[in-house]
Amino acid sequence: MSGVIQNPSVKVRIPTPLRKLTNNEELVYINALTVDGAINALQTRFPGIQERLVDDKGEVRRFVNVYVNEEDIRFLKNRATPLKDGDEISIIPAIAGG
Amino acid sequence: MKALKCRECGREYPLTANHVCEFDFGPLEVAYDYDRIKKSLTKAAIESRPKTMWRYRELLPVATEPTVGKQVGFTPLIKTDRLAKALGIRELYVKNDAVNYPTLSFKDRVVSVALSRSKELGFDTVACASTGNLANSVAAQAASAGLKSYVFIPSDLEQGKILNSLIYGANVIAIKGHYDEVNRLCAEIAGKFGWAFVNVNMRPYYAEGSKSMAYEIAEQLGWRAPQHTVIPMASGSLLTKIYKGYQELAKVGLITDSKPVIHGAQATGCSPISVAQKAGLDFFKPVKPDTIAKSLAIGTPADGFYALKVMRDTGGAAEDVTDDEIRDAIKLLAETEGIFAETAGGVTVGVAKKLIACGKIPKDSSAVICVTGNGLKTLDAVNGYCGKAREIKPSLREFEALLAQQEKVNA
Repeated sequence: MSGVIQNPSVKVRIPTPLRKLTNNEELVYINALTVDGAINALQTRFPGIQERLVDDKGEVRRFVNVYVNEEDIRFLKNRATPLKDGDEISIIPAIAGG
Repeated sequence: MKALKCRECGREYPLTANHVCEFDFGPLEVAYDYDRIKKSLTKAAIESRPKTMWRYRELLPVATEPTVGKQVGFTPLIKTDRLAKALGIRELYVKNDAVNYPTLSFKDRVVSVALSRSKELGFDTVACASTGNLANSVAAQAASAGLKSYVFIPSDLEQGKILNSLIYGANVIAIKGHYDEVNRLCAEIAGKFGWAFVNVNMRPYYAEGSKSMAYEIAEQLGWRAPQHTVIPMASGSLLTKIYKGYQELAKVGLITDSKPVIHGAQATGCSPISVAQKAGLDFFKPVKPDTIAKSLAIGTPADGFYALKVMRDTGGAAEDVTDDEIRDAIKLLAETEGIFAETAGGVTVGVAKKLIACGKIPKDSSAVICVTGNGLKTLDAVNGYCGKAREIKPSLREFEALLAQQEKVNA
């Protein structure tokens, strides 16, 4: 496939509440340029997963925290956060403190 | 208890160790049958029971009698006239969880509930992600209940808080990162191991324990809610649960709904909720914490949205104070009332002072300040800020000389 540029390959950790949608797969590899692209790629593979993560306005739900290489995407570029080969995305429900 | 219910969409789930709605990741909360509780839970029934948080058992999420932390709670509500005078308010009380049993913070309440419920559900290992106080309480109460425990903390915690977990034989894991990173890791660990993580999969039960602080305040005031309550905010959970506690008492007819006003307190170095409240927003921006109030250093507060809503709905305000203001407030509380609070208590007293000064808590009103932890655990924070002991030989002459010198300074 010379000449075709493949999007970066990234690893996504699927949290327990979403594993019913991924046939209990805990780790999923996808190709995407941004976090937004990653959510779309997940939706293509596991229909229904997008609406769990994103509300009807297209924003990441307020109790969903998304991390790229252990950094909260709200400290990066939110859904536009760029991805590169080998990056790791974690999707984690907000949890209480203290 | 009736069910677990999603706070976002209302979907119901069975009463297991589960904290997240599968559909929208909303937090699950325990639902009760208040009509039934109203019939059995009378003032007379409560007043006949031991003075612990469990005298309100019907409103707490256990299926049978509690088995862990039966002596927790019913801490003093102190009428603090000298502090009231210093802050310029008519009537002021401190709810003093700095002397809660067994580990000197309000976390003993939530852990007592979480571990009692964990035993009901058959767990033999309990765990938590903590800024210190929660770890102390899980370690102590797990020890007394014969449960194994793992506590996860940020590695830069105060020495006192680390020792206060180690002494009970808990597995203490220090993570090189701030609390939000500890939290993220624990969410991943909780999904992997079959443990009762008190603030992850046991959170719906755990968080309810905080309501007991509100029940006690109301009972100690003679069955009424205070006009104003000032509450420290880390994740924002305590604030939302104290408000829920007042509302529940009104719902089951133990108090009349007097529209209590709820105010939130944060440290300026970690103030995502107070910044949002002051800007009139209903969402917050996560921050990286930098404050001596480490027990409140949560940059991504899970209940921040709900805390903002409670303050908005009750007409309350939020404010934050700097590290210096925190130390000053710790000293003020100690010098006026003889109460030594940890940094979070300094935050709450400091914020109360600001809210009274600017009129958001009117001078002719009555307020309760919630002090949630003990100063003996955060000695580092005030070391060097409260003077030094003066050393003399065991000689009367030296002592008289010292007194004379002091009189000269004071003159």
